[in-house]
Amino acid sequence: MLEDRKSPGISQTARSATAHIENPGVLASMLGIIRRDLLLAFRRRQDLANPLVFFVIVITLFPLGVSPEKSFLASAAAGVIWVAALLATLLSLDSLFRADYEDGALEQLLLIPQPLFLLVLGKVLAYWLVTGVPLILLSPLLAIMLHLDVQLLPVLLLSLLLGTPVLSLIGAIGAALTVGLRFGGVLLSLLILPLYIPVLIFGTGTVQAAANGMPVQGSMAMMGALLLFALVTTPFAAAAGLRISIAN
Amino acid sequence: MSNLIVGFKRWFHQWGSPRWFYERSWIWSKWLGLIALLCLPVGIVWGLVFAPEDYQQGNSFRIIYLHVPAAVLAQSCYMIMAAAGLVSLVWKMKVADVILKCAAPIGASFCFLALFTGAVWGKPTWGTWWVWDARLTSMLILLFLYFGIIALEAAIQDKITAARAAALLAIVGVINIVIIKKSVEWWNTLHQPATFKLTEKPAMPAEMWMPLLIVVIGTYAYFGYSLFLRSRNEILLRERRTLWVREIVQSTHARSSL
Repeated sequence: MLEDRKSPGISQTARSATAHIENPGVLASMLGIIRRDLLLAFRRRQDLANPLVFFVIVITLFPLGVSPEKSFLASAAAGVIWVAALLATLLSLDSLFRADYEDGALEQLLLIPQPLFLLVLGKVLAYWLVTGVPLILLSPLLAIMLHLDVQLLPVLLLSLLLGTPVLSLIGAIGAALTVGLRFGGVLLSLLILPLYIPVLIFGTGTVQAAANGMPVQGSMAMMGALLLFALVTTPFAAAAGLRISIAN
Repeated sequence: MSNLIVGFKRWFHQWGSPRWFYERSWIWSKWLGLIALLCLPVGIVWGLVFAPEDYQQGNSFRIIYLHVPAAVLAQSCYMIMAAAGLVSLVWKMKVADVILKCAAPIGASFCFLALFTGAVWGKPTWGTWWVWDARLTSMLILLFLYFGIIALEAAIQDKITAARAAALLAIVGVINIVIIKKSVEWWNTLHQPATFKLTEKPAMPAEMWMPLLIVVIGTYAYFGYSLFLRSRNEILLRERRTLWVREIVQSTHARSSL
């Protein structure tokens, strides 16, 4: 496992930190981290599959628990998929910094002579690629099982495409703050779920608007605004959170 | 002018000393307690007994004398916590850490009180205990944010790390609260707009809003009183290894054994 964690990005930047022989630059460090995290994720594929299976099972629970009625499911589909995606993100969020914290790689990350928020952004991006994108790819299938109108499918997908990165970005703050705690998982949900509410509202609101035949550009633009705002602010907060967690 | 700045800096940095805060806050908490003791009974009795009945809602409107102060305080308490968090992160003041920690349970209690009184009022007026209306929902989310801060503060063993983490969460929460409020309003609105606005004359007659104003002032004073009491206690606990705290403890011990 230790073998796995040795990757070009880290070794290069670590070398530059000690000897100043070569400085790979901000972008190269960021890409190195993304490549490393993707490689690590790919080598532990089962961990990737678990949140997806959870996503599918949660969605299966709704017809069983509430009603298999076609008309009910069609109207609830977007909300159910959004809530399930939110929970699935939350489930895997604890692992965002956990493994790096436990084997000490996180401390090395903090020592890299590059702006920490960009490195954090790289980690979140890699995390979204391996957890958010599969959720989006799987959602059309589940939407059809929930009898969502096929016309609404592109709107749902676009809302997920704009919304799931925001979930990952906001979640990174909570993951950073709870990484040093032994039972951080439940606490993480408690901290992060209230912050997810705007994304949920706009995400399902967009699909509702489309279902009622109203224009979706407005709420889509709001989703885009949320994404941009999260993109420029949350990496700083997550980086500060990591420094706080590592300090003791 | 430069004297003024120096004076301000000096005044500001005094707040960094837990001892200075502990010694001064005794007087402040006494005054605030006195104001609360005057305002709360007067305002509540005036509002609940003597204020005129509402022509539409009858007597049930009287719950605003508890509901509005609690709701206003729950919101401003969060703002105070975020401000304390900013001070704690930027200037690393111990007193700000203490204030942030001690304000959270008080804010959460007032938030709960606002939700509870709102539900009690909603039953006769709207015919239901709870509706998923924008302001109710955003108050509920505010309660969750309070719970999050309390839980995070309790989960981290190291006091300084706990304070920094809670400070960061409070600041993130305060930015988010604006977005949450707007998004929830966009989502669903049934609640009436705010009763008091700074820029406009209130729509209620004076016999109705005067007691409300008195209760609001009393509630703020009570909040300050209870915040100072809690903070003083917390400071003694955190600074228990310092000489000045030991002296206080020894002198009170000597007095009580006499």
